[in-house]
Amino acid sequence: MADVLTFTDSGIYCPAGDFYIDPWRPVPRALITHGHADHARGGMGRYLSTDGAAPVIRHRLGEIDLATIRYGETRRIGEAEVSFHPAGHVPGSAQIRVEVKGQVWVVSGDYKVVSDGLSEPFEPIPCHAFITECTFGLPVFKWTAPERLAADLNAWWAAAAGQGRFALIGAYSLGKAQRVMAAADASIGPILTHGAVENVTEVLRAQGLPLPATIRVTPELDLKAHPGALVVAPPAALSAPWARRFSPASAPATTGFASGWMALRGVRRRRAADRGFVMSDHADWAGLNDAIRATGAERIFVTHGYTSPFRRWLEEEGYDAHVVSTEYAGEGETEEEEA
Amino acid sequence: MKHFAALFRAVDQTTKTSAKVAAMAEYFSIAPDADKLWCVALFSGRRPRRTITATVLREWAAERAGIPLWLFEECYPVVGDLAETISLVLPPPEQETDRPLSHWIAEIRRLSALPEAERKAGILAAWDGLGPTERLLFTKLLTGGFRVGVSQKLMTRALAQATGQEEAELTHRLMGSWTPETVSWDSLVHAPDPTADLSRPYPFYLAYQLEDLAALGPASDWLAERKWDGIRGQLILRGGEHHLWSRGEELMTDRFPELARLKDFLPPGTVIDGEVLAWNGAAEEPLSFNALQKRIGRKTVPKKLLAEAPAILMAYDLLEWQGADLRQTPFAERRALLESAAAELPPEAPLRLSPLVAAESWEGLAGERARSRELMAEGLMLKRRDSPYLAGRKKGDWWKWKVDPLSIDAVMIYAQSGSGRRANLFTDFTFAVWKGEELVPFTKAYSGLTDAEFRQITAWVRRNTLQKFGPVRQVPPQHVFEIGFEGIQRSTRHKSGVALRFPRMLRWRHDKPVAEANTLADLQTMLATYGGPETVTEAEA
Repeated sequence: MADVLTFTDSGIYCPAGDFYIDPWRPVPRALITHGHADHARGGMGRYLSTDGAAPVIRHRLGEIDLATIRYGETRRIGEAEVSFHPAGHVPGSAQIRVEVKGQVWVVSGDYKVVSDGLSEPFEPIPCHAFITECTFGLPVFKWTAPERLAADLNAWWAAAAGQGRFALIGAYSLGKAQRVMAAADASIGPILTHGAVENVTEVLRAQGLPLPATIRVTPELDLKAHPGALVVAPPAALSAPWARRFSPASAPATTGFASGWMALRGVRRRRAADRGFVMSDHADWAGLNDAIRATGAERIFVTHGYTSPFRRWLEEEGYDAHVVSTEYAGEGETEEEEA
Repeated sequence: MKHFAALFRAVDQTTKTSAKVAAMAEYFSIAPDADKLWCVALFSGRRPRRTITATVLREWAAERAGIPLWLFEECYPVVGDLAETISLVLPPPEQETDRPLSHWIAEIRRLSALPEAERKAGILAAWDGLGPTERLLFTKLLTGGFRVGVSQKLMTRALAQATGQEEAELTHRLMGSWTPETVSWDSLVHAPDPTADLSRPYPFYLAYQLEDLAALGPASDWLAERKWDGIRGQLILRGGEHHLWSRGEELMTDRFPELARLKDFLPPGTVIDGEVLAWNGAAEEPLSFNALQKRIGRKTVPKKLLAEAPAILMAYDLLEWQGADLRQTPFAERRALLESAAAELPPEAPLRLSPLVAAESWEGLAGERARSRELMAEGLMLKRRDSPYLAGRKKGDWWKWKVDPLSIDAVMIYAQSGSGRRANLFTDFTFAVWKGEELVPFTKAYSGLTDAEFRQITAWVRRNTLQKFGPVRQVPPQHVFEIGFEGIQRSTRHKSGVALRFPRMLRWRHDKPVAEANTLADLQTMLATYGGPETVTEAEA
């Protein structure tokens, strides 16, 4: 029996439906799991995404030929039945289920299994073959529980606010930035945002996501009117000249990063921030293993992350496991920002 | 250990020295004496020795975590620290206990003496009862790898704040060979007579690399000496005994037994700062650093090596004379006293006076500096005539004026990730030069690039790995780096036939095509020019 999906130089391809999933080279027809730049790229003929992911994809890619689909809705493309299911990664993100002649394959895109309160929670989809990321596919990665994360974040912010200092946090513009805002206790103070964060936040807010009020940082903004604010910015902005105005000599800002890599002390120290919050939009070790088990799949393809040890682990666990080379970046510790 | 863990987190998660000092001062004011004593010991590098092998700890941790050992080994280079890898893979604690730091150190000692099965049970129980930071610290104590991002200077400052003692006084008290088993908190910090300890050294004065020659004022305010390429040492002659201390506060007395003879030539109550060098007595010049290197690792020295690489102290400062502390006396006066003391020594005494480099002007000194390599020196030391002997690394009165490094353009062929704060980042590279069409590896280098450059090269290595050999990645020869080094020696252990001293990356030559990198013949020319006399450089080690 022919494989439902194949792996090409342009991306994951479905011969029966003649479409690609999250391709990295221009192709006529692309199904997109979510709006991060390594998954949603420009130059495709036609796009298909969930209605929840579409606004951000449009915001980032501009005028494109984009059709949308609801979670769980089945659409026939050529000989393939296609449906999108929540991946829990960022609002609107999806796993893509492809069925051809009774064979079911699922492409996870990026995912996490713990609910973040904003993204539609991950749903395990039974399948024969599961194509999974493994950005954090080593047993040293175990995420902090969301309640504890919120408590740590607010304690850090409140301490800074109490001293009249800004709490400056680096978080990806799409996903973690909004999780930080949602976890922040608005009684401590106002939330200021870097333009890149605010742009995405506006898009999500317009979709109806319950996000708190934020104030865009512009050159004209009077910072003195917002003492002790939480400032949410893309990670790279923290080391850019942009961040300097939050650190007057009298009361330098305290800095933090929200990233799965903050689980590692070496990375925390390298980033030279005051605090590292272990917050990721990817599954941790236990999450990956649970998700894979829940699919009931026997064939597993690992795409990006610690692919080689993770594949070997899966094989020893009894799976028919393979590494697939892709151009997805995952949560780049070395890349400054995803877009 | 919760207080100690909180202190560790506080100093670990901030880069601001004021916050680190405040956290330590707070700890010193609330912790019990036994814990404070251990804290000072640990923060000044007095780690308990590793008593349990890392191998069994890895096995026990993997077993407890329910993962195969190979998977644990895959995690290790990503985390970059054994104790942290262990504490991350273990399941969350079943019930947390809070016992003082000193309890856990005593527990480690107790477990070390037990048969392996009981030892294992004890360690697994400890892991199960400790929260994440406590577990990391306990495991670091077990592996003997405890380090913290606080200098001894900052710790001493915090201790001064907490105890009301003078910082300089405390610095002196904390030196020497004490351990928490041999002293009490009171005797270490408060007892009236710190000089009772005859072996106690003075804190070393360390120089910075010269930044701006023009800012030094007239050359006549300064004295210049050669900067010797040996091991900094402080020789103490007191009460009929002698002690030799390294800059890292390690006693090296037994490693250089020939220096014991100085007791016969110099009076008690003498402390000399100088450089331990392997010495060619016939030529009256230093042997290469390689000759000295053979002595460094050895706690006892075989006769053959004593004859091949005899050591002397190249003296350059006098810190104590006739029992009096001279550190506040101007350098020129200390130097004059040192000269008169040295003048009376016979040639067989293993001490030489580091000669002054005479010059009327900075131009003259620059000319002398340029001759450094032929005199087996690294450059010049500049010391202000009227300077006191300060403690620690201070700017202003002493400067290192090293010669520019030798350099060669080389091609990167292998990359390996670093450890600690460089974990998961490719920072350790192997470089090669051309030999015809072939690239011959000749050195590794780890430092010299900016964090941004390391990130850039890491992303490139990840995308361009040709082959993996364990943690080492082979990469295509595409990037040229200028490698700087201080010296070059013949070596039979390296395929290239040369060994470099202090190799590091001076810059990433984006502008240079791989084909224009240097050749092995270029290295051999440098070896002929700077490699020194033909000596047997390979130790039996």
